[in-house]
Amino acid sequence: MAHTTHTVKRYSGLMDWLTTVDHKKIGVLYLIAGAFFFGIGGIEAILIRIQLIKPQNTFLDAQTFNELITMHGTTMIFLGVMPIIFALMNAIIPLQIGARDVAFPFLNALGFWTFFFGGLLLNLSWLIGSVPDAGWTSYVPLASTTYSTHHGVDFYVLGLQIAGIGTLLGGINFLATIINMRAPGMSFMRMPMFTWASFITSALILFAFPAVTVGLVLLMFDRLFGGNFFEVANGGNPILWQHIFWIFGHPEVYILILPAFGIISDVVSTFSRKRLFGYSSMVFATILIGFLGFMVWAHHMFATGLGPVANALFSIATMLIAVPTGIKIFNWLFTMWGGSIKFTAANLYAVGFIPTFVMGGVTGVMLASAPADFQFHDTYFVVAHFHYVIVGGLVLGLFAGLHYWWPKMFGRVLKEGLGKATFWMFFIGFQLTFFVQHFLGLTGMPRRVFTYLPNQRFDLMNLISTIGAIMMGIGVLMFLWNVLVTSLKPANASNDPWEDGRTLEWTIPSPPPEYNFKQTPLVRGYDAWWKEKMEGNTEMQPAEPVGSIHMPSPSILPFFMGIGLFIAGFGFMFAKDDFNNALLNGLFNNYVVAGVGLLITLTCMFLRSVIDDPGYHIEKEELEDKGVKA
Amino acid sequence: MSAPVHADGQWPHEPEKATLEGRNKVLGFWLFLGGEAVLFGTLFATFLALRNSIGDGPAASELFKLPMIAAATIILLASSLTSVFAVQALHQNRVKSMIQWLIATVVLGFAFLGLEIYEFVEYVHEGHTFTTSAFSTAFYTLVGFHGAHVLFGVVWITILIVQVQKKGLNLVTAPKVYVSAIYWHFIDVVWVFIFTVVYLMGKVG
Repeated sequence: MAHTTHTVKRYSGLMDWLTTVDHKKIGVLYLIAGAFFFGIGGIEAILIRIQLIKPQNTFLDAQTFNELITMHGTTMIFLGVMPIIFALMNAIIPLQIGARDVAFPFLNALGFWTFFFGGLLLNLSWLIGSVPDAGWTSYVPLASTTYSTHHGVDFYVLGLQIAGIGTLLGGINFLATIINMRAPGMSFMRMPMFTWASFITSALILFAFPAVTVGLVLLMFDRLFGGNFFEVANGGNPILWQHIFWIFGHPEVYILILPAFGIISDVVSTFSRKRLFGYSSMVFATILIGFLGFMVWAHHMFATGLGPVANALFSIATMLIAVPTGIKIFNWLFTMWGGSIKFTAANLYAVGFIPTFVMGGVTGVMLASAPADFQFHDTYFVVAHFHYVIVGGLVLGLFAGLHYWWPKMFGRVLKEGLGKATFWMFFIGFQLTFFVQHFLGLTGMPRRVFTYLPNQRFDLMNLISTIGAIMMGIGVLMFLWNVLVTSLKPANASNDPWEDGRTLEWTIPSPPPEYNFKQTPLVRGYDAWWKEKMEGNTEMQPAEPVGSIHMPSPSILPFFMGIGLFIAGFGFMFAKDDFNNALLNGLFNNYVVAGVGLLITLTCMFLRSVIDDPGYHIEKEELEDKGVKA
Repeated sequence: MSAPVHADGQWPHEPEKATLEGRNKVLGFWLFLGGEAVLFGTLFATFLALRNSIGDGPAASELFKLPMIAAATIILLASSLTSVFAVQALHQNRVKSMIQWLIATVVLGFAFLGLEIYEFVEYVHEGHTFTTSAFSTAFYTLVGFHGAHVLFGVVWITILIVQVQKKGLNLVTAPKVYVSAIYWHFIDVVWVFIFTVVYLMGKVG
């Protein structure tokens, strides 16, 4: 794929990955980094479950347990599953809409590097020895300097702020890409569901992430600069944190689940070999879920004491979300109804998703009832609920998507038999782990407590739960083994390896060339590729003659902008510490380190502004050479 | 949405949207401002929640001196007007006039910043520091965030003035100037809200 004959400098090896602005490579970077953090979060989960395997276990102490639950939640949500979602969005959306690239290739790279360095900063807390321990929600006053005197929560506020910049940039990028870069004929109501879901998710990111950024800034100002936002003694208000956190936090769960809905829609439709049932109601339901997602944040605060009127309103609003979600569930079922279904590994995950997610939804409606929530609150029932929607929903959806699009991303089909075995291992492990937790919660076991006394009817169910967690761990290792074995095979996947592809990504080579489409395709209907196939065509009609293609230049600046923020984060965090070392004290206490970090980032921004990027062209002759080879 | 690109080399009607890169930039920037609106919205909500929690510190009605705030408001509103003139000049390809209006915008921006710094220094002398009370923390954070945006804006527009002088006004530089103008208007709108919610409401209690 490499073109080496052009005047613009092209890198290879490591430098290629550090400087790339190609959405497909950035997708791979997101996938690797996301998998890395997902692995860390998974190990944390297994450690938590080992501690809880029997009553009064001494495997971990209470402090370490608190650190593990905090980092497990934070890592999994912000650094594990979101980057894997971004990996699929990057790899697939431009292909599904017939675009050669995203709207902002440079910002795309910047988004990845800020996410990566933010996540790294957060996780370095393990090595530096003060780990966030106030829960992934980091409620004040527990997270204030009064009760959290070490740097743990500082890692949380700074790491998430830096990673959040990356997520916000990604959201803006995908919105602009989907609005401006669609191929001729690709109207909004012809877009594949994954693209639609990603579009709504990006809108949610745009309107939810700035809120949490402000929340984190306020907490940082309190902790590092002596602010009083949450200090009751000086007039501050801890409830404010809860509102700000959940105004972001509830849309966040839809940010996570909507892309999974999109993946499931594409996978179920492809392997049922049928048009998605109720496409327009699916689009409508997605938009409605996104809208309602902003209206329900206070259902996380029923026990805070907002009063019966607020609780009743938020209860009803929350229950309303079951309506569009139900529409989706029935649409998937009706898509399969009468279809000629192929149970590939990808489809197994998709089909397994449906009942599991419904269970998570049902417990969601139970929790939405404020009076009942007073009973469920802070028990394992809540833990069971959100793992059913996030693991049973999102993670199964991601596995479906990874199996489905793996050949498109890497040119190799994952081993089907091993993939199916992995599904059963992970799926059974998941049900074992979390099904019993409903009953643990109803029996009264509180969440976030590091151990429990024997003979409260908790013992057996905790044992079962831990065995399930280990099975899920084995399932993830089996998936990694599959990836390893598959990567040793030759990359010989065809354009449309599932043979039933319906959308534009299956019309181009696997993996696609860097310009994606030699000629921008003309889209003549929903399921554009399927429509052509049904009319006996073997390729899309082009919307333009073969011509020279303009490409953006690679750049190292995004990488350094990430590093700058990373350094600045450490500078601010340790600005008041005594290092017993005059040099270090001088550097940190006078904000020299923080200033240098910010200066690196601002200088890169300046350079980006003043240096024009003419990009380079892939010429017509070169494209035709490629055509022969492909 | 799409602007005509003149094949005969004429300056397009909307040069900022004449290329795909330009259209992406303008759209992306509007989206970014949507995010910024949520950012300031959250800061305003925080300020409203805490504005009466003055602890032992001075209250808003004792601190604020409306004549100076009014002057700052007039200066910033005027700078929005000069930036409109700059964009009009941009559309008519009058480079010299555009640069003059941009310079006027920057000068007014710096004047506003000067007044704000003077104001903050005064408040600190009166015992209203960042750590005095929840009100003071929320005040400095909200107004300070806005001030930081103004500072970023004047530096940015200054860089653009130099760029246009070096590279000329073309389909690459035009979108840059245009989005900096949208940004400047956004900052101005935020200030209108700060003037109302922070200062006027603070004065009436």
